[in-house]
Parts: sequence; structure tokens; C-alpha cells
Amino acid sequence: MMRALLLSAAAMIALPAAAQDVAIVNAKLVIGDGSAPVEGGTVVVRGGKIVAAGAGVAVPAGIERVDAEGKYVTPGIVAAFSRVGLTEVDAVSGTNDRSAPRTRFSAGLDIAPALNPMGSPVAVNRASGVTRAIVAPGGSSNLFAGQGAVVDLADDMDMVTKPRALQYVAFGEDGASKAGGSRAATFLLFREQLLAARSYARNPATLAEWGNDAMLQRADAEALVRVIDGTTPLFVRVDRAADIVNVLKLRQEFPALKLVLVGVTDGWLVAHEIAAAKVPVLVSPLSDLPDSFERLAATQSNAGRLKAAGVEVSVGVFDDDDAHKMGYATQYAGNLVGLARVPGASGMTWDQAFAAISSVPARAVGMEGSIGSLRPGRAGDVVIWDNDPLELGSRPTAIWIDGKAQSLTTRQDRLRDRYRTPQEGTLPKAYDR
Amino acid sequence: MIRGVKGSLLAAVSLALVGCAATGGEAKSAGDAPAAPAAKPAKFDKDPYPSTYKGYPTRLTVVKGVTIFDGEGGRIDNGSIVMSSGKVTAVGGPDMELPTDADVIDGTGKYLTPGIIDIHSHLGDYPSPSVDAHSDGNEATSPTTPEVWSEHSVWPQDPGFSRALANGGVTALQILPGSANLMGGRSITLKNVPSRTVQGMKFPGAPYGLKMACGENPKRVYGGKGRMPSTRMGNFAVNRATWAKAAAYKKKMDDGKAVERDLAMETLAGVLAGEILVHNHCYRADEMALVIDMSKEFGYKVSTFHHAVESYKIADVLAKEGICSAMWADWWGFKMEAYDSVNENIPLVYNAGACTIVHSDDANQIQRLNQEAAKARAAGRRIGIDVSDEMAWTWLSYNPAKALGIADQTGSLKPGKMADVVLWNGNPFSAYTRPEKVWIDGALMFDANDPKRRPVSDFELGQPGEGDVK
Repeated sequence: MMRALLLSAAAMIALPAAAQDVAIVNAKLVIGDGSAPVEGGTVVVRGGKIVAAGAGVAVPAGIERVDAEGKYVTPGIVAAFSRVGLTEVDAVSGTNDRSAPRTRFSAGLDIAPALNPMGSPVAVNRASGVTRAIVAPGGSSNLFAGQGAVVDLADDMDMVTKPRALQYVAFGEDGASKAGGSRAATFLLFREQLLAARSYARNPATLAEWGNDAMLQRADAEALVRVIDGTTPLFVRVDRAADIVNVLKLRQEFPALKLVLVGVTDGWLVAHEIAAAKVPVLVSPLSDLPDSFERLAATQSNAGRLKAAGVEVSVGVFDDDDAHKMGYATQYAGNLVGLARVPGASGMTWDQAFAAISSVPARAVGMEGSIGSLRPGRAGDVVIWDNDPLELGSRPTAIWIDGKAQSLTTRQDRLRDRYRTPQEGTLPKAYDR
Repeated sequence: MIRGVKGSLLAAVSLALVGCAATGGEAKSAGDAPAAPAAKPAKFDKDPYPSTYKGYPTRLTVVKGVTIFDGEGGRIDNGSIVMSSGKVTAVGGPDMELPTDADVIDGTGKYLTPGIIDIHSHLGDYPSPSVDAHSDGNEATSPTTPEVWSEHSVWPQDPGFSRALANGGVTALQILPGSANLMGGRSITLKNVPSRTVQGMKFPGAPYGLKMACGENPKRVYGGKGRMPSTRMGNFAVNRATWAKAAAYKKKMDDGKAVERDLAMETLAGVLAGEILVHNHCYRADEMALVIDMSKEFGYKVSTFHHAVESYKIADVLAKEGICSAMWADWWGFKMEAYDSVNENIPLVYNAGACTIVHSDDANQIQRLNQEAAKARAAGRRIGIDVSDEMAWTWLSYNPAKALGIADQTGSLKPGKMADVVLWNGNPFSAYTRPEKVWIDGALMFDANDPKRRPVSDFELGQPGEGDVK
């Protein structure tokens, strides 16, 4: 308790002023849309938004000017698929709001009130350059996991950029176990729940008529109506090639579904089908182990092959730690650049790889116009890096979110400073702060 | 600093040679008096599952014009190496005389290092696919199971071995039992070569290890079953009672008395004799300090604390005690005892003069331990701890080799040592770099330019993606 009070007091002291107008000049400027970095670039942020970025951009009079000294300046990283804000310590269940395995609700769950912007994972991820995240719930007792959100990682109390930005569901082995034991059960349950939601939309009284046999709670039905009509993108975890093809076919019956595929480990085997369906994918690109029988063809070349086939590929950090280590996104993207040099492997160019952790995930969740790049009109999420952001160990030296300068100090930094010299001094370490 | 560790390990081992009566050999002192069979000390075979590994065919090979990190902190620019009959035979600068009949590889723009040694892996005992039928890493039926040997769980067909080789440049690795138990069993050190049998992978002559675990896991697993230990004090009580029993067993053996064969006690007596090295999973600094006292209470030595996320808090103590820390660069937050992780743990431990090792515990991160070291090195630089590339490589090969008791054979590029070598296509501390060639005992076991030098496990044969780049 005392620790929590002290921390929040410290956080309040560190709280930055409101959005400031700022121009960052002399930048190696990365727009994030897949274009090449621009030397000597400038980005101008006003009213919390990007107003201009590029070479030869004039700095408006009277605006604060920050000299990037030739360093990389980029949009903040968009974590393509995460649970940041939903957990502090995974194995401490009271702090872990990823999943609700004992709830009677499913699709209607909305993670927004579970998010904790004061949690240390938010600060740690921010300090690694992540400014926005697509956050999905982990699971419910039923097939649909619930509604995720797009969030910012600023050091303030309002974390939600867009609530109910996605619905999440797992097919494959996970979905089968939720649905009763087989993939057949998954597909039938999925269809029946959507049909029930459609009936509810046409006549809300039907829900009451179903009584205890109702397949859905009211809140679940309402959420699924928004999935059926394409208002809410449906993020589908799926890995096996045959499962991917069958998930794409769901649009035959529900044509407005806005599908986004997550995982897609064996996706390269059906890359052309995914490309033809114009369905974006979020991959954890270094997953190369046949972890299960639905990932037998796992390879680090999956992302590159999908990209080459014309699929929109976002690079995410999941299947290892989706809440604490979002900063791995830059490392993973860098690895894709390295793969492009390996004989027989597929990777990405640097520009493509950076876009895959910024504008491409923003586009996947339907927010390309508001976050994920330094194009005019986007949120003022800007990072100055000490080095090539896709290289190992590069770190931000300054971050703005919605045009507000952010603290880069974390609880981990405080611990490090306390033990920079491990020996205790005249008083115990507890007095050293 | 780091040499202190080596010294004490060696001292412990030589003590063992004089101190332990239960040797597998037939050596007897000349003065052995004949005695009734019942009174004879038991003699147990200490190597009943012997290594059958022999190096694969080699060619006289030279790599020249390459940047070399020798694994012990040395660096040679525009260097050359000669590998012959499985050994490193020469390492030097551009002026070094080279054999004329060798295969010559131009290493211009490339880097050459000792193979990475992962001191903490569960490949084979928690293999891919991770189906229940393959869950062979924790004998979680008793809090102390020093009688189990991880080699008896290793599935040599785990596809993870090939990923660690091709993407990670890993040439040797220690397979440990899991951490459900206080004493999880014996570990085994393997050469990262495909084989039909685990014996065909065993690192010849490597000492056994004993996996121990502090903290949350044992008390959760057994507390959850309603039995001891359910607390950290319970952890220590069970450990101490077991060590006391082992000490009595060993004394009986040392005194030449007959003992009933007890596989658990054999392992622990081997630890007390200094023949088996303790690898102790332990996150929290305060628990490490207690373990150090326990080791002194019973007369054994901890080789390495694994997952040592709080080593930075007692780095001075670890340096003084000569205990290695095997660490991640930045894992944190998955459980309470991993909450105080800092990105500078590795460089802070290094800076204190304590033995520093980067480990994986993970079938994915074993494929990029060089990248983990790079992140740690960068974190150190930001707080003014400047670690050179060549010194940072000690975290990846020589230090783990020392902690495993195999540094006299591998872990650095010195003439006479095993030619366990990686040629990288760029600086291995870059995200853009991958292994180009990997030699184990001088045999080319991976070549990025030759799909035929890419091992494919039985499991993957005939499956989608067989023989693919991974």
C-alpha cells in the first residue's frame, strides 16, 4: 500500500504538462508508412496531432524546437496484439485481468474498465518505444473472448483510444476445446451464436423466449451484432492452414465480417488465399517451432512469404510475452530485415519491417487515419531514438504521445539506480532513493 | 574475478577424486585387505549410459580475413583460424602461416566466435510439439527427486535442437529437469548434434549437474497438493533434511561401510564430493544468500544461480563466493519473484566481477542468445558500463563452459580445444546477423548456403515445411 502511494506520488511529480506544440528538426525521419527514412527531416506536432512531416517542412514561428541531432525519429510503435494494461504480475491472479474463465458472459466482455494505466508494464513498454497497443482479451468460458481496445501508453489515467475496437475468438485447438472438443463444434457454435445474435437484432424479445437455453447473454448478442455487420473487426486466432481456409470461408455466410487473422503460423502455405481474401494478418514472426500439430510448417519466413504474396502483415509479440515485453516488436522487425539476407529465407526490407510495427497494425484495426504514422492528422506519437530503432538495445531518448512529452523512467530504473553499487552504505538500501 | 569460479570448481572436483569412495573404476590402493563381500564398500558404475558421441568427419579448414572473438575476451581483426581433425589448431592475425591444402573460407566482413553454450535448456525433455505425451521435464511427484536423470527424458528428435543450431549457433547445451522440485534431478550436457539416441549427443566427459529450485515453484506445486513444502521455510527444511541424509550416506561410504544402493543419495553424495555441479534456479537475492549459507552448512558448492533476476542486488556477494549467474536480458513480470528484474542485471553482475552468463530456458530464445547479450550490453553502456563485443562473448561461451565444467575442452578458440565454431554473416550483436556456418568438433553441421547441411528431425520428415529454412 505504502509503495503504491509513493509510486503514484512520484508519477504525479513526473506528470508532464498538457500537449505542447513541438517541432522536431534535424531528424532521420521515418514516416512509418513503408517509405524510406528522410535525412534532415522535420516533424511538426500541434494540438496533439501531426501537422507536417518530411524534408523541407517549415517550422512555424513561436513553436518549441527540438534538435534530434540526426537521430532516428519515428512514429511510436503500435503493439499489434497485446495484453498490456491487463496484467501486472501474471502469476498473481488479483493483478491479472487477461481472461475470465468463470464468467457467464463472452462476446459482451469489454476490457476497457480492466485496463490499468498506472501499472508498471505500461511504463516499461512505453520506455521501449511503444506508444499504442491493440489489446485483446485472453478468453472467457465460451468461444468468444470479448471486446478488446486500442490504447495509448501515456502516463495519464485515460488509456483508451478506442473501446470495443475488436472482438477476439480463437479457432484451432483452443477454439475446439472451448466449443466442446472438436473443430466441428467450433464452427457450429460460432455460426449458431452469430445466427442467434442476428435473431436478437431483428427481435430482442427472442432472447427472453429462449430462457435458460439461450446461447447468448444480452450483452453478448449485442456485441456479436456489431461483428456480423462489420462494425467491430473480428480478430481470429488461427494457425493450421486448413483452419485458415475455413475461417476465410466464414464470410460466405456472413459477408460483412471484417476478419483479421492472428498467429497464422502455417499461413505461408495458403498465402495466396489470404491475399485474395484481402484479410490482414498479425504474426509473431520468429515462431518457428512445430509447437503443436497445427503449427507443423512454422518458419521465420512466414511473414516475408505472406508479405510477398500481397498480404498485409503486422508484426506482433505474442506466444511469448504479450504484456510485459512489447518492446520486442523492434527486435523482431529487425530480425525480419536480417532474414532477407539468409539464402532461401524471406524477410522484409527495413522500411517494410518498420511499417509492420506502426502503420500496418493501425490499418488492421481500422485506425490508419488516426495512429501509426507521422502523416498529417495522425496522433502526435513521436519517438526519438538513440540509434537504429530496429537494432538491438536501441532505446528512445524522448517520446511524445498525443503531443505530450512522456516520462521514460520506470520502476526498473529506480531499482537499477538503487543497486548501481550493491553494497549498503551507512544506512540500508531502503533509505537510498 | 571470474577465474575464482573456475579455481573453486576445479578444487572441488579434485577434492572429489580423493574424497569419494564410490567410484565406478576398479582402482584400488595396493594395501586393500581382502574382506568379506558384505563389508566391502559398494561400487557403482558412475557412467552407466556412456556417451557414444564421436565427432563427424572433418576437413582441414581455414577461415581467414575474419573478425574473431575468442570467447575469453580476446579479439582479432582480420584474423584467421585453422581447424584440423576436430580441433582448433591455430588462431592468429593476418600474418599467421596457413596450411596450403586446406579448404579456405574468406571471412571478410564476417565474424567468427566459439559456438554458443546454453547452460539452461529443456530441449528434448519439453520438446516440440509440446503435447502432453512429451511433458517429461518435471517428476513432480515428490519435492526431492535427485534420483531422476534428465537424459532419460530427452527426445533426440526434438526439432528445437536444429533451430538452436541453425539460427542460434548453439553448439552445446545443458538439459535440466524442470523447477517443480527442490531437487529436480540430474542434468546432462549435450553436444548439439542430431542423433538417434541421447547417448549419441552426450558431451564426452562433462560432469553431471544437479538441478535445484528455490522459491515459488516447489512450494506452489507441493503446497497445492497439501504436502510439504508449502512455504519458503518449508523449502529449506526439506532441503536441509535431505542434505543431512545425504551427508550421512556419504560418510558411510567414505568410511568404507556397506550402503544399500540409493539412486537419490548417490546423486547428492556426488554433489557433496564435488563431482556433480549444482545448478540452482533462484530468482530472489535474499534466497540466493540463504542458499549460499545452506551450501556451506552441508559442504557443497553452487556452480550457478539460474534465472537470477535479482543477482544485481548481491553482485558483490556472488563475486566473492565465485558463483555464476545465468540470466535473461529482460524477462520480467510473469511471476512475483520475477518482478524486480532490471535490464541492467547482466552488466551490473559483470561489472561487479562476478561470473556472468546469458541463458535461455526457452526453445525460442535459445535461437538468439547473441541478441540477448547485445541488449544487455547496450543497457550497460547506457549507465556507463562499457563492455566490448569480445568481452560480452564470454557470457555466451566461456563462462557457461566453466560453469558446466567443460571449459578445458570448449567455450573458446584456443589451440587444442574442440573446434566448436560459428561463422556469422555480420556482427553477431546485430539483429541483422545470422549464423552462416556452424562447426561442431570441426565438422560442418550447418551451412546456410547448403540446404543439405540443414538437419531435419524424424518428426518433421514428410510433414509440411520439411527441410525449409526455419
